[in-house]
Amino acid sequence: MKDVKIQVNDLSLYYGEKKALKEISMQVPANKVTALIGPSGCGKSTFLRCINRMNDLIPSVSITGQMLVEGVDIYDKNVDVVNIRKKIGMVFQKSNPFPKSIYENVIYGSRINGITDKRELDEIVETSLRQAAIWDELKDRLGDSALGLSGGQQQRLCIARTLAVNPDIILMDEPASALDPISTSKIEELVHELKEKYTILIVTHNMQQAARVSDHTAFFYMGELIEMGKTDAIFTKPAKKQTEDYITGRFG
Amino acid sequence: MSSPISSKQNFTREGLKKQFRLSEFLAEKIISSVAFLSIAIIFLIFIFVFKESLPIFSLGKESVKVEMQQSASVSGDQPESYGGVETEDLQPESYGGLETEDLQPESYGGVEKEDLQPESYGGVEKEDLQPETYGDVQAEPLVENNDSAEGTAKEEKSNSIWDTLLTPDWVPVSENPRFGLLSLLIGTLKVTIISMLIAGPIAILAALYTSCFASKRTKEIIKPIIEMLAAFPSVVIGFFALMVMATFFQDIFGYDSRLNAFVGGVAMALAAIPIIYTISEDALSSIPKTYTEASLALGANKWQTAFYVVLPAATPGIFAALLLGVGRVFGETMIALMATGNAALMSANPFESVRTFAATIGAEMAETVFGETHYSVLFFIGSLLFIFSFGLNALAEFYVKGKLIKKFQGK
Amino acid sequence: METTTTEMNSSLLSTQNKSSDLKGKLIVGATQLAVYTIIAVLFVILGIIIYEGREKFSWEFISSFPTNGMTEGGIFPALIGTFIMVIVMSLAAVPFGTITAIYLTEYASESSKFAAAVRFSVRTLAVVPSIIFGLFGLGFFIQFVGTGFDTAFNGGELRWGQPNILWASLTMSLLTLPVIIVSVEEALKTIPRELREASLALGATKWQTIKNVVLPGSVSGIMTGTILAVSRGAGEVAPILFTGAAYYLATLPGSLSDQFMNLGYHIYIMATQSSDVEKTMPIQFATTLVLLILTLSLNVIAVVIRSRIRRKAK
Repeated sequence: MKDVKIQVNDLSLYYGEKKALKEISMQVPANKVTALIGPSGCGKSTFLRCINRMNDLIPSVSITGQMLVEGVDIYDKNVDVVNIRKKIGMVFQKSNPFPKSIYENVIYGSRINGITDKRELDEIVETSLRQAAIWDELKDRLGDSALGLSGGQQQRLCIARTLAVNPDIILMDEPASALDPISTSKIEELVHELKEKYTILIVTHNMQQAARVSDHTAFFYMGELIEMGKTDAIFTKPAKKQTEDYITGRFG
Repeated sequence: MSSPISSKQNFTREGLKKQFRLSEFLAEKIISSVAFLSIAIIFLIFIFVFKESLPIFSLGKESVKVEMQQSASVSGDQPESYGGVETEDLQPESYGGLETEDLQPESYGGVEKEDLQPESYGGVEKEDLQPETYGDVQAEPLVENNDSAEGTAKEEKSNSIWDTLLTPDWVPVSENPRFGLLSLLIGTLKVTIISMLIAGPIAILAALYTSCFASKRTKEIIKPIIEMLAAFPSVVIGFFALMVMATFFQDIFGYDSRLNAFVGGVAMALAAIPIIYTISEDALSSIPKTYTEASLALGANKWQTAFYVVLPAATPGIFAALLLGVGRVFGETMIALMATGNAALMSANPFESVRTFAATIGAEMAETVFGETHYSVLFFIGSLLFIFSFGLNALAEFYVKGKLIKKFQGK
Repeated sequence: METTTTEMNSSLLSTQNKSSDLKGKLIVGATQLAVYTIIAVLFVILGIIIYEGREKFSWEFISSFPTNGMTEGGIFPALIGTFIMVIVMSLAAVPFGTITAIYLTEYASESSKFAAAVRFSVRTLAVVPSIIFGLFGLGFFIQFVGTGFDTAFNGGELRWGQPNILWASLTMSLLTLPVIIVSVEEALKTIPRELREASLALGATKWQTIKNVVLPGSVSGIMTGTILAVSRGAGEVAPILFTGAAYYLATLPGSLSDQFMNLGYHIYIMATQSSDVEKTMPIQFATTLVLLILTLSLNVIAVVIRSRIRRKAK
């Protein structure tokens, strides 16, 4: 592992008294796709949401340990959570476009950042939609409501919206779980292309998907990181029995 | 942690340093302070209503007068002078004096008033009874003697205000004003009991039907209709009671005073029903489905489930609904003013006229003068009403909520 | 758990016989009767008021001044007075109520004591008798604020230290505040959490999220709240009895320091203190009809909007 993007040291997360993540330590390489797998309730989504501090929104949550992104502990008192989220984008399980036009959806983040120049905004819209491989489908209906799009289109729009903010890391929380196979494969292709520029973490409970898109895979179980390594290795000869059981479908 | 770091530095301590965002800061501060205003209003209501009633708490001989002046100056140097001699000219109506009885719109205290009430229509004497002059103010020159009366009265009652509060006589304006609250209390209780006896069962039964027996479609129709009753302004209900219900009930029961506790109670029941109904219905509907399903699965039928499972489980909520219904009726002003006859009597007969606390404030406040005892006593009654409704609400909140939580979560 | 189940089981089985069927029918019948009684009474009231009021009810009645010592003519000034009052009231109550609702849904944490106190206060405001608001208006707005203002800025000349439309409207705004808060809060809660998260994940701050996502989504809730508050305020009389309503004015209020006529108060005065109650009966019923049409139609509109919001939330 050459470029470590995210270095996690003994990260634990509590919901009130309950310990939901137990001393997670891992290194996430830059410009690679890292898949987080595990049975539901194993803490993989919770972990993902730690990376852009989305769990801050839940009052009962407390976190110990370190989450270093390029060496900066994002849970440091002096770190600004809003700036963190500008650099670490997130795509959610359920596509969640704003009830606004397609155009407005894409430039939401730019407007927040105070960009008002129409030409600049137009450019952002085109680049982002192109990057998300949805420009051709949508270029003639940018003024339409985003809610009128199909589920797959909505999800890619949400990815475009995230790209428009120009993040460095993209977190994807089961982005294709609610989509049909064709939309799913489009999203997977997209993920593959995006890793050129971005570091991507993707949560999935679809093991074929993890095998197809990821370079590295981390297996979570009961709030613990059981094993992490190159995807090939994890899927062909896992070091731990639990991983093997899960991958071979004995539970989960 | 000497792990190699990616060459392109997106994340630096500097770039991620906590920023101070003024708009964010201001938004949060402004929003929280506006939210705080709700709390402040409750305190202000209590403070200001109570403050105006303070003079009656001074027990010293002459202090009533002194306090009054003090409170006048506290609340910012009134341009008019109160409590002195000039106030009498400002008084629009005179109450209490025997001679003036014929002039009153409603008569206070006396017993023979039935015939004199303006509420009894069709009588002949109406013209003479006409009390208020519209448009220009308080022109009545009939109260000269009150001048000295006030003075002596004040001295007399200075040590007895607390004694008089606990007497039945409510004769606020006379040579010897008496502020006995007992008859008002009786009146208020009478109306409250009557209206709760009517509204409670009807509203709860209706809520039970809506939540347990009605089909989904019927529910969607009857719920908004019944809740529409809440949109009837109380002055409209009062008006209807005064014009239609009073005559209707008099024809049935044949009692003497057309406006009485019963008419008022029935009218107030109309105001209380939507409150009790809505809250009970919420309580009944919020019983977990598993309860009813368990009961139905055991072979109980719909009504048994409703009666033996749903209703007991929703008791705390229904109790809260009744408490809030009581609060509504207890403080209801317009219906009381228009439909109860407004005579302060000590009687248990539901068909006698009554005068409630709220109606007393509503009827007399406009005619009192800032700072005089009558004014303070009305504010004192207001404080009582406020404390009472506050207490009811607190009870409904804490006691009932505690019970509910116990019921569904911990044992 | 086991024992209670069997207990319930046996008790239910033992009552399962013919007499229990009858009992059941009676109980269901009683509940049904209660519903129909309420609905019948409601329609009887409505019917009688429409029937008695229809004769006088006309455009002319609505648009002309009362004449002849209020025994003839229309209710124009009362209607206008009511309108002005609810507008001033809304101007005060809507921003205030909306912001409080935003605090409660967006900023308050569940464990916050302060938020609990705010919630309790709001619910208390909703149950305080309306006459108490009247007393508060008199004691606070008129005697304290108004008189204080006059002393400080008007050289003691009485202008604000007496009942007027401003104080009446503000008093009314306190009364209708909970209505708005509850409506807006309900609307804010229907905004999906996913949208808030989407905005935050894009690097929006909390306030930016509220401004750009939450508030636009709750416009209809704010409207519902406003309409309900207006409906409530238009019908309440007790709070304005001694904070600004007048029996009769020959002119419309020209400034906020004027007194005003009000529909509900007009009904009260006409019904209890008119010089000829018998003769003015049709006028009274027609006035009541106008007030009722106003409050009920506003309510229906609000209910329709609200049910649409709820359906959308599903």
